[in-house]
Amino acid sequence: MIDRSAPRKLAAELRSRFEALGAVPVEPPFLLPADTLLDLYGEDIRGRAYVTYDPARGEMFMRPDFTVPVVQMHMAQGAEPARYTYAGEVFRRQEENPERANEYLQVGYEIFDRTNPVAAEAEVFGRIAEVLKPMGLRAVMGDIGLLHAAVQGLETTDKRKAALLRHIWHPRRFRALLDRFAGRVPLSAARKALLAQADPMANAGPLIGLRSEGEIRDRLAALKADAEAAPISAHQVELIEALLAVRETAPFALEQLRDLAVDMPSISKAVERLSDRIDALKALGIDVDTLEFEANYGRTSMEYYDGFVFGFVAADRPDLPPVATGGRYDALTAQLGQGSAIPAVGGVIRPGLVLDLGGLS
Amino acid sequence: MTIKIGVPSKGRLMEKTFDWFAERGVTLSRTGSDREYAGKVEGIDGVELVLLSAGEIPRELAAGRIHLGVTGQDLIREKLSQWEQRVEELAELGFGQADLIIAVPQVWVDVDTLDDLDAVAAAFRAKHGFRLRIATKYHRLVREYLQLHGVADYQLVDSQGATEGTIKNLTAEAVADITSSGETLRANHLKILSDALVLRSQATLFRARGIKLSSEERDIREALLRQLKLRG
Repeated sequence: MIDRSAPRKLAAELRSRFEALGAVPVEPPFLLPADTLLDLYGEDIRGRAYVTYDPARGEMFMRPDFTVPVVQMHMAQGAEPARYTYAGEVFRRQEENPERANEYLQVGYEIFDRTNPVAAEAEVFGRIAEVLKPMGLRAVMGDIGLLHAAVQGLETTDKRKAALLRHIWHPRRFRALLDRFAGRVPLSAARKALLAQADPMANAGPLIGLRSEGEIRDRLAALKADAEAAPISAHQVELIEALLAVRETAPFALEQLRDLAVDMPSISKAVERLSDRIDALKALGIDVDTLEFEANYGRTSMEYYDGFVFGFVAADRPDLPPVATGGRYDALTAQLGQGSAIPAVGGVIRPGLVLDLGGLS
Repeated sequence: MTIKIGVPSKGRLMEKTFDWFAERGVTLSRTGSDREYAGKVEGIDGVELVLLSAGEIPRELAAGRIHLGVTGQDLIREKLSQWEQRVEELAELGFGQADLIIAVPQVWVDVDTLDDLDAVAAAFRAKHGFRLRIATKYHRLVREYLQLHGVADYQLVDSQGATEGTIKNLTAEAVADITSSGETLRANHLKILSDALVLRSQATLFRARGIKLSSEERDIREALLRQLKLRG
């Protein structure tokens, strides 16, 4: 049996530290209704979280993270602006990495504030950096907002943009869609033949299931319109690829992104926001010259983050997950807010990993 | 000191397995009445036959209660996480072929690939207010496959039998199931997605990894594998 008293003690200390800095401590429940998480993450969450069941309440998930319950709590009853802190267990299935912990502590710091998003981002990053300073970890940041802006700036149909935005967090499908919309993959013979038919549904067989004839005809019309739409230009695809390839220390990354913004004006605002963020971090005493920026960071494992993202990792221990992670999740507050939304950013530290790597002294 | 080999306890899978071993000079047979799951092994000493449901063989291999076992690759991959670390594939036996595929109604003329299924799932969710339902009993395999390929806005609903009927009964929009010839699918007005072969499976002889064997047990196992022409 692993004794959790040491990480628990550290977790309590860190929470007190965040409390002393003005965050309100919160204690979300362990068991969360399955519907909310399934609606947000889809079926994939079943591979990452433990599900349990009782006849009265149906399926419940054992808390895989704190962000969702903290957002729900804030959206239901929170006053603005708000800072929260918490410490407690999260539970993760580890089918692919059974050597990794399936139950561990997280200490979090979250800010809900409309007034100055960049300052809030720097504050969350700064608080966590300050705690972890004795460990000499490698800090990485990214910004999903850049890719979002780049997609919205593409010269193509709104339907194609929506399809790409839906898959920002699924790099493989994003790539496949981009290739298709750019005409890099020819229309299949079957699809060409289908679109050439006067009535593709004439010999389609009996209508079974919930999806109606109207829905099928709507999609046929959409396919026809898409086949007639001009492909996304090779130049624009190259710009997206160049954006995703940016991987540099923060000041150099900023230079590269500014160069890209000359040809891709849609990302200008997001680039300037990154610039402001770097300035705000500098003002907090963060060494931005060694801070790494990866445009692709956070696209696979951090599905609710939609802007600034960051992580702290032990450079000499690539086998370990990040010691701390965080980011902005404005869209999540809108999804859980039942009509309202608020800019929000936060991060978590894993005290167990801190101790495994030698602690904070 | 015996080596235990688990074999499916009934039907064609059992008979074909018996035939495969018999062709290699090892006679497996059921003993006692038809209802009693006891068996014997002739042609080699020290090997014990354990008759089990094909679905239980992965678990018994992983637990180390049997040393060798015959079952489908689909069942091993569905039931064991990190299966490569827990069992070794010794030989594909050439029968029990079955493909795990994804199928949709034939009338969905606009759907041919996973890309189409994903697009339809998004539109379906927007229109109906819930995620497109795929009926299956292979939850883990299908979920991992769809995750790898970045398909979103679907949900898996459990179906332990007569899966092809779920669409007509309005409890699912698509199915993920094992098929060998595709006839049942056609009879139910379904078609297979052209690029969504989740898994190609057949009956396979597996060895449990991570069981400590005595040197005597190891000798028996190696003698058996030599006789089966799986070792030089």
